[in-house]
Amino acid sequence: MDNPVLTAINQTLYSVSRGVQAVPGSAIAINYIKNSYQNDPFRVVLELGLAIYAVKYMLSKKYRIDHNHVKLTEKEIDELVAEWQPEPLVQPLSEVQKMELDKAHVIVGAQGPKPKVQSGKNLLNLASSNFLGYITNEDIKAKAIETLHNYGVGSCGPPGFYGTLDVHINLEKDIARFLGTESAIIYAQGFSTIASVISAFSKRGDIIVADEGCNFAIQKGTQISRSVIRWYKHNDMADLERVLESINKESRANKKRPLTRRFIVTEALFQNYGDIAPLDKIMELKHKYKYRVVLDESNSFGLLGKTGRGLTEVYNISPRDVDMIVGSMANTLSGAGGFCAGAKEVVEHQRLSGQAFVFSASIPAMLAVCASEAINILGTPQGERLLKDLHENSAAFRSVVVSPSATQAMEVSSDAGSPVLHLRFPAASLAAAGVTTRDEEKFLLQEVVDEVAAKDGVMITRAKYVETQEMHLPRPSIRISISASHGKKEVEKAAQAIKAAFIKVLAKRK
Amino acid sequence: MGKGSRAAVSPASLKATPLSSQHHAKFQEALSVKEPKEKLHWKGFSSSEKNRALFKTSYDDIMEEPPYFYLITTYLSYIILSFFGHVRDFYGFRWNKKAFSHLMPSNGYAALISDWDSFWTRNLKMRIEDCFSVPTSLVPGRTINMLERVTKDYCRTFQFTGKLKEAVNLSSYNYLGFAQSTGPCADAVEEVVHTYGLSSCGTRLESGSLDLHTKTEELVAEFMGKESALLVSMGYATNSTTIAGLASKGSLIISDELNHNSLVFGARLSGAFIRVFKHNDIEDLEAVLRDAISQGQPRTHRPWKNILLIVEGLYSMEGSIVKLPEIIELKRKYKFFLYVDEAHSVGALGPRGRGVCDYYGIDPKEVDILMGTFTKSFGAAGGYICSSKQIVDHLRLVNHSSVYGESMSPIVLQQIYTSMWSIMGRDGTGAGQERLSRLAWNARYLGSNLRKMGFIIYGDRDSPVIPLLLFNPAKIPAFSRECRKRDLAVVVVGFPATSIVASRARFCVSASHTKEDLDFVLRVVSEVGDILGLKMSSRKALEMGMDV
Ligand SMILES: Cc1ncc(COP(=O)(O)O)c(C=O)c1O
Repeated sequence: MDNPVLTAINQTLYSVSRGVQAVPGSAIAINYIKNSYQNDPFRVVLELGLAIYAVKYMLSKKYRIDHNHVKLTEKEIDELVAEWQPEPLVQPLSEVQKMELDKAHVIVGAQGPKPKVQSGKNLLNLASSNFLGYITNEDIKAKAIETLHNYGVGSCGPPGFYGTLDVHINLEKDIARFLGTESAIIYAQGFSTIASVISAFSKRGDIIVADEGCNFAIQKGTQISRSVIRWYKHNDMADLERVLESINKESRANKKRPLTRRFIVTEALFQNYGDIAPLDKIMELKHKYKYRVVLDESNSFGLLGKTGRGLTEVYNISPRDVDMIVGSMANTLSGAGGFCAGAKEVVEHQRLSGQAFVFSASIPAMLAVCASEAINILGTPQGERLLKDLHENSAAFRSVVVSPSATQAMEVSSDAGSPVLHLRFPAASLAAAGVTTRDEEKFLLQEVVDEVAAKDGVMITRAKYVETQEMHLPRPSIRISISASHGKKEVEKAAQAIKAAFIKVLAKRK
Repeated sequence: MGKGSRAAVSPASLKATPLSSQHHAKFQEALSVKEPKEKLHWKGFSSSEKNRALFKTSYDDIMEEPPYFYLITTYLSYIILSFFGHVRDFYGFRWNKKAFSHLMPSNGYAALISDWDSFWTRNLKMRIEDCFSVPTSLVPGRTINMLERVTKDYCRTFQFTGKLKEAVNLSSYNYLGFAQSTGPCADAVEEVVHTYGLSSCGTRLESGSLDLHTKTEELVAEFMGKESALLVSMGYATNSTTIAGLASKGSLIISDELNHNSLVFGARLSGAFIRVFKHNDIEDLEAVLRDAISQGQPRTHRPWKNILLIVEGLYSMEGSIVKLPEIIELKRKYKFFLYVDEAHSVGALGPRGRGVCDYYGIDPKEVDILMGTFTKSFGAAGGYICSSKQIVDHLRLVNHSSVYGESMSPIVLQQIYTSMWSIMGRDGTGAGQERLSRLAWNARYLGSNLRKMGFIIYGDRDSPVIPLLLFNPAKIPAFSRECRKRDLAVVVVGFPATSIVASRARFCVSASHTKEDLDFVLRVVSEVGDILGLKMSSRKALEMGMDV
């Protein structure tokens, strides 16, 4: 290496190679270049071609150099290393956190309409997503066992590496046919689906306009996409229009920027509030301002609409007009996994770019077949009957908790027709009772949960959040999930008990 | 930047002592009894300095390069391919607007997909689509059943013929052969469908916790030698939704450059600062640590809250095994926390199948967080986090999947429980131990014989993942098709999933393969290798003389 020209080339290549490290998978190439050029001038020429390509690649990314670097001697570094004391990874649990862990229900044996809990009692279950009672469906179980004997349990590979089974393809077809979209793609976990869908399409520089009330999965999706994110007030269409208009103004002012992709992201039935998005108005704005719509039907797929096709059915909007419909098979279908339905290009792109799709094993065959079965029931008279039962039960529950005698002690943030209901103490009553902190409110709600479990044999749960990471943390609540598998009388009785408990707990506090 | 720097390891850092030498000895005995012709050195067992040195200078870290001819033709191929790609695009965008509509702005909407992002997909992958995403049916076990399909429009669309094609399966992550539709696991799962159903209808924290979750978590914790375990219903999400609960703004995450996408995803969600070190390169890792700790946080130079090092146990594209003993050594000095993703190594490495710690004979307590998945060795789904009770309890409250995601299905829990029970030998049959020995032997047998034949093979010799380098892009489909023609199912990957030059085929060995299967595989691969000119290793002689 005593030739100065070679040394200079070496230097250049070395610094280039450091930059290329930013490119995923470049390690082998770099290693390889370094090994080869040292003793071979011919190779240098060859590799330079690659280096130029690499520089081009590098320049297309943002390249940051730290001007702030302090030069230190080895000894100083050693001292600093010896001095440095890390904080522990996690802090000890607080009182509320302990309560959170201790009070979580543990079901002994099978989940169902009246599962047994640790205390040994069977409780009437208003806490689980067993909306249509699929969990106890014997036909689905028989199908699952049949599948087990052909496919085993795991698929042992991501979809791209021989993990795509015929039953996955069938399920995708079933979803697309049921919803009326061109195609669909399934993911192995409901929660992880939407983050991958959003980040597959919305890239750095693209614009996402999202409802503030959106669930955590959507928040994480917008975060991982690195796009520009603008929030509008929960279900407030005037505010949405204001945001869209202001973005329009900005881009008009900046004519040179190329056209970016723009998305409106909303939930259909809001997990954190139980209310429903005004889809008709959203579609109107979408067409007016040229946005693509990502609609999260995780909580409403199989629940809303006459046949359970979701919010598009409620508003009589063609599902093909919604660019991406995301749903979950873990809620109404009592299975597992998620899906995204849409046009063929939308779906096919995800097969290569949907991160949780590409890099994760496909869903077990048994669970895919169960989801197919569950969807096939939805279209039949049996399915319509189940939906009817469910909505009657929701109405029965609602008529008890939304009544003049309850308003003092509880408020309901859910829309009529929603089988998911959030019950909260009214802010005014809390203030009157001297409850000021969030933790106190949670303890009070937990008292309600404990009371109805012990006294009335009803299982309910508080809605849980990762509080430190939620963007717009909703107020503490009890989330009720109605099920078609209960009798109407039972549901009414449970609702009475819950109402009484709210009143009692609040009165006790005063 | 010297050539030999990666292989040089100071002897002082190689002090790992076997956790249970009795076990190791038994294990070795089992191996040698089964196939007496082959002599094995188990890495953790070879405590002598000489053996150690042998390992370190053997295949472990050498990434052999191909002769010039292959290199030049590889570059040329990509130049030609991209030239034709651009020509196709040029005409396509002008005269075939319909097929390109999602790549172009239309009607006031920006293009759905950027054409630059999808260039390689459209112009390279698309044309050899028959080699990727092959749909299958039935159990992905010793053999796999592919759905036969034909294409009339150069892989744009496929039509199924309705027939199945059975092939020896070197593609599934079925390391211990637990992907089965009969046997103890299947029986137990059938039972659990009757007693528990298929779902627990809720999140872990709200209403979806079953006693079966608790029971399985206890077994997993015991298996991994940790205090507590947390189960997550998806392996990917185990990483992507946990890391944010461990690191946050003010923390530093140091990550191997080849870490899995789920780890990158999780790290990015955490808000912590992320730095990357060269794949499995301890020197570079130390340099990064020294720089990070001495400089502190960017701009403010405040000290980091803490540092989390994230590595994988076994890298599934490279077949390389993490240099855990050296990392533990660094951990003592630099006080970082260690997170090891054992997705591919749990069950597949170590005399007792407990992963890399077991493999090196290192106490699992030395690693703060052991993560792994059940999709591979256990033939199930989902993943786990094992750690101290304090950390796991904290994670139960902040792991996104526990709070918002569906909990693990009872059928999956039961598959995990029964397979793990068997690996631990609790079923009293020794069947689990047999699987472990079988896998270890199979991995060595296939890998060493491929090397002897002169193929360029990456990775560690104990790795059940064996990457065979193809280099030229044209050989990607050729290799896959020729193997398939001969009833062998393999996975092939190329740019951009690997670097430009390093296209490869990847074999995953399983305990369900018999010696006859592997001999068949060797025959087929050798034949295809001759046709495609893949036996290009210059180290052939070296390997021949070496004790495998
Ligand atoms: C290192 C690593 N971590 C996590 C995962 C994700 O696991 P799963 O397929 O169970 O979602 C994989 C899968 O390929 C992996 O290789």
